[in-house]
Parts: sequence; C-alpha cells; structure tokens
Amino acid sequence: MIDATAFVNALTFNAGYNTAIVAIGAVLLGWAGGTVGTFLLLRQRSLVSDALSHATLPGVGIAFLVMAWFGGSGRFLPGLLIGAAISAMLGLASVEWLTRRTRLQSDAAIGAVLSSFFGLGVVLLTVIQSLGIGRQAGIGSFLLGSTSGMLRNEAITLAVLALGVAFLVFVLRRQLTLVCFDETFARTSGIDIRRTDLLLMLLVMAVTVTGLRVVGLILVVALLIIPPVAARFWTDKTNTMVVVSGFVGAVSGFIGTALSASVPNFPAGPVIVLVAACLFVFSLLFAPARGVFYGLYRSRAFSRKVHRRQGLLAILRGEAIYDRDTIKVLKGEGYINADATPTKTGLDAAENAAREEALWTIYLRDNPDAAYRAARMRLDPIAERLTTGEIAELEKQFSGPAAALPVQ
Amino acid sequence: MDGLYIGLVLVPTLIGVLAAVSCALLGNFLVLRKQSLMGDAVSHVVLPGIVVAFIFTGSMSVGPMLLGAAAAALLSALLIELVRNLGKVEPGAAMGVVFTALFALGVVLLEQSDTRDVHFDVEHALYGNLESLVWLAGMDASSMFEPEALADLPPQLGRLALALVAVIAFLVFFWRQLVVSTFDPVFAHAAGVPVRFVGAALISLVAVVAVTAFEAVGAIITIAMLICPAAAARLMTNRLLPQILWSVFFALVSAVVGFWAAGSGMELIGSGFSVSAAGMIAAVSGAILGLCAVAAPQRKGALGH
Repeated sequence: MIDATAFVNALTFNAGYNTAIVAIGAVLLGWAGGTVGTFLLLRQRSLVSDALSHATLPGVGIAFLVMAWFGGSGRFLPGLLIGAAISAMLGLASVEWLTRRTRLQSDAAIGAVLSSFFGLGVVLLTVIQSLGIGRQAGIGSFLLGSTSGMLRNEAITLAVLALGVAFLVFVLRRQLTLVCFDETFARTSGIDIRRTDLLLMLLVMAVTVTGLRVVGLILVVALLIIPPVAARFWTDKTNTMVVVSGFVGAVSGFIGTALSASVPNFPAGPVIVLVAACLFVFSLLFAPARGVFYGLYRSRAFSRKVHRRQGLLAILRGEAIYDRDTIKVLKGEGYINADATPTKTGLDAAENAAREEALWTIYLRDNPDAAYRAARMRLDPIAERLTTGEIAELEKQFSGPAAALPVQ
Repeated sequence: MDGLYIGLVLVPTLIGVLAAVSCALLGNFLVLRKQSLMGDAVSHVVLPGIVVAFIFTGSMSVGPMLLGAAAAALLSALLIELVRNLGKVEPGAAMGVVFTALFALGVVLLEQSDTRDVHFDVEHALYGNLESLVWLAGMDASSMFEPEALADLPPQLGRLALALVAVIAFLVFFWRQLVVSTFDPVFAHAAGVPVRFVGAALISLVAVVAVTAFEAVGAIITIAMLICPAAAARLMTNRLLPQILWSVFFALVSAVVGFWAAGSGMELIGSGFSVSAAGMIAAVSGAILGLCAVAAPQRKGALGH
C-alpha cells in the first residue's frame, strides 16, 4: 500500500539524490512532452509519434551490439540513445516517404513502420539475449521504462536532456504556435512551414528518446498525446492550451515519479501515464470550457430560462400551462400557486417579461446583425445585457408611436 | 517426412500462417477505410483485459482470458468514440489517449497482482512464443491420422483455424455491404445498407482475431499482419479481389519466410541460436511492403503523380 511518509518525501525531493534527479527530469520531460504534443495535436499528427517511438527499438539493439563489439559495456546510455535517435529518424523518414511517394494513407504508413521496425527490434533483442552478453538487463527496460535500477549518471544524463528539450521548446514556441494557428499568416510572415514541421518532428524525437528509459517506448507517446487532449477541454486558445498542456504533463511526471518511488511494484512509466490519464478524465468531466458536466449545466440552465420566459408570457396571456417542466420551474420560483393560479409576484414578473420581450424585439429590429447573440441574451434580464442608455432609448421607442407591440 | 519436422516446424508455421492470413484478410478493409490503427489500439488493450480476467479468476485458463480481452477491445472502441465525440479531437489522438491509458493500467495491474507463479509478462504479451507451440506427439507422418496424437496438437491451432473460418464467412456473407460501405458510405447509407452496423461488425471481428492471434503469437504479428500485407497489396493492384488475394499471399510468405529465417535460416548462416519468430515475421512483412513501395505497379495509384 501507499506509504504516506515516503510519498511526501518523494514529493519534497527528500527521497534520495537519484529519485530527486529522476523526478526533476520527469517534470521537465512532462512539460516538454505536453508542450510539443500540443503542436503535434494541432497539426493532426499525434500518432506519428507512435511510429517514431516504436522505431527506436532496432537502433537501441544495434547500438548495444556495436558497443559490445568494440568491447565496451553495451549499457552505456548516451550510446543507446544515439542509436535510438538514428533509427527513429529512419522510421520517421519511412513514414514520410510512404505517405508522399505511394498511395498509402498516413494511418497505414504509421502502422506498417511501427510494427515492422518493432519486429526487427525484437529480433535484435533476442540476438542480444542469445549471445549471452552479460548485463543486457538495461535493454529490457526500454520497453516499459524503469527508474528503480537507474544509475546516478544515467539519471543526470536524462535530466540534462530533458532540460535541453524543454529549453528548445521554449525558444521555438512562438514559431510553432504561428504555424499551427494560421499557416497562411505564418507563411506570409516569412516562416518556412516545412522546416518548422521538421523542427517539430525533431522535438518529438527528442522527447521520445529522452522518455525511453523512464517511460518506455510503448508508452512514451502518452506524454505527447494525453496532456494536449486534456488541455483541449480547458480552452479554445492555442497559447493557453500550450501552457495548460505543459502543466498537465509536468504534474503527471511529478506525481507519477513520487508515487512510483513510494509504492512497491509501481513502475514509473505506466504510473506517470495513469496520472496523466486521471487528469484527462477530470478535464473531460469538469473543465469549464468544454467539460461534460459544465456543458450539461449550461444546457439545463438555458432550458430553465426558456421555460420561465414562455411560462410567464403564457400567464400574461391567461393561457393554461400544460408543460410539466414549465409548471415545475414556475412553482419553484413562486410565480404560480399549487392550483396553477399566478401569484402576485408571478403577475409582476409576467408583466416584466412581456416588456423585455417587446424591448428585445425593437432592439433586434434596429440591430439585425446581433440576432445570433441575442437568441441567448434575450432570456436574461435586459438590464444585465444592455446599458442603461440603450434601454432608455428602447423605452422611448416602445412608448413612442402607438404602434402595437409586435407580440410573438 | 521427418516427424520432428512436422511437430517442430510445420505446426508452428501453420499456426503463424493461420494468424497472418486471418489478420491480412480483415486488414484490407481497415487500410481502405483508413482505420489501420484500430488494429494497433485493439492489440494494446488486450493486455489489461487479460490481466483483469486473471485477477478475477486467478487462473490463466483460456476462456476467461479470451473473454476479458474481447471485452477490453470492445470497451476501448467505445471509449475512443466517446473521447472523439466529447472532446471533438481527431480520431488518432482519441485512440492514442485510450490505448496508452489502458495499456498503462494493464502494466500496473500486472505488477501489483501476484502473477509470479504463472508464466506471464509483458514481453510474452508482445511477442508471444510461436516457437513453443510444437506438436511433440506428432512423431511421424502417420500420427496425423491417430486421434490420441491429434489431441495433443496445440489448441491454438484449432482456435486460429476457427477464427479464419469466421473471417472468411464474414467476408462471403457481408461482401456486398462491406464493399459498398467501404468505398462509398454515403451511397451505401442511401441504399439502405446498415453502414454503422457493418463498421462495428468489422471492428468486432478484428478484436476477435486480434485476441485469438495474440494468445498464440503475440501482439506484434497481429499489428504487422493487419497492416503490412494489405498495404503492400494495395500497391499491387487497383481491384479489390486481386488486392485481397495479394494480401493473403504476402501474409503467407511473411509467416513462412519469417519463421524459417528465425530458426533454420539462422543456423544456415552459421549462428548457433535462433531469434524471435514473431519479430522476424513482422520484419519480413515490413520488407515486403518496402519492396512494393519501390517497385509495385500501382504504388502511385490512379493519379500516377
């Protein structure tokens, strides 16, 4: 079970030097992944990162074999990561080539590259196993990542890499935002779209390779995909989305590594991904901009307003009300009695509703371009939506010519 | 024919071929519908399904395992639709969210549950163990007619044969609906074809085949065979039926050549060990696609740019 002291220690960077370095690295990595991932999502290329990450495996295997061949330790992390980066580039180039040069769509190209590169990587892993080169344990941890057996200089390498990626993302963020948000405008301001796309893919590769050892190649794409999709629920603005997504990634990295350090058998990679997934579900349900509950609340509030307004107008016209929901709303607000006769407040509110309807009708006649917004606005008390001056102007017209109210 | 050859080579090769062909047949429609990555997603979420089934039943028996995996596959398809509609994100991203989250859940559950006494780990799930699906009772050619010996055949063989029959039956009975809803969904809808139902049935069948194949040969072969042979076949021809036949041929070649290269092929080049057959089969299918992308007659499509 979770050990509270250990968890707090890990959260406050007091659980040992290695754990602290790994946690810092994971936070930077999460931030970089979330930020880069936002641009990837906006360019609709999220799953290219999946092909990229799976394509790292043969490179890791070949790098291991080459280093072992030259008598070194095959586990040397920077060497393995360089191998991973090279084969990821080859994988990316293959996806690009298949989609550009043949009739295949990007989904088929991604899937084909992903599975065949990964298959080749598995073949190389079994070669390494059969050769019986000792200490190949480090290789397996590239599949699912692991932080428990990490050496100190490995942790430092990763933290430095994560810092470098985070820095690059920070420098390039304006250019990337511009390309994602408005390609035409970006082109006219002198930004090379293809080069920016290439830069973006290089950043994706950097995040992937850095994340390999911690999160593992199967799940590292989650760092690039889940935070931006979660951030999408909080905002419609690119700039805000980049910030929220980076934040979600960083928090996932932070809490994930802390949990992993304080609970036995809690592998860091999958736990980081699960924390991100929890943040995603929370965003999906509760985010104010596009969350499910807020959407439900808004549509209920709107339908309540419609029932209130239509009910009050019916009272004024002396019509019987049959709609159950309308009766419920009117009763709840004390506009009608239990026997459905209007109360004093109900009659006053009805007078007022009719007056506002009339004022809105005049307003719309004079401002036809406001029709779309007014469809929702006209259900609110008019004083909240228009200035006193505007209302006074409408009142003047209302009481002016004896033209009958355009009652609806 | 040498008995050892039948038991140690022919039977596992046959299992690989059955898995490859079932996947390739369905893969044609996934590729044409731009849904190739559904196979990828489904293969990933099989893991949590199996782990949950194990936690509930406490055993690694096949029935609950297949049931759990199929349930997880269907659940993931539903979740992807849900995320897509609620979040209004592109299908690829929705898929990425769902399958990574579920796969992570599967790994954590696996680490937390006590599976030490049963042989199961993530590596096994990924690349299966085709080489171990041997038929030791098949000691000579005559045992092919002995009931006791036949009863000792790896059960995966029968299950995969059944899956292949189901796939072929589906293609034969729903051919018209499948084809028309793949190429022109709007027309199909207008003509009264239940487009959504056909799509759901296709994905369900992919899940069933992925689960059956996964248990025998691991996730890599499943993903590779759902995509590579069909993609390569797409570059060979403009017509659907020839494309399907090409894909079956490519799947067959990948399975046979891959299995051979992983075992006997390695001995041939003087190496004293064999490598992962599943990985080799996937790599061979990728190589076939690479060749087709360079030289196949219809690689550029009708536009010929």
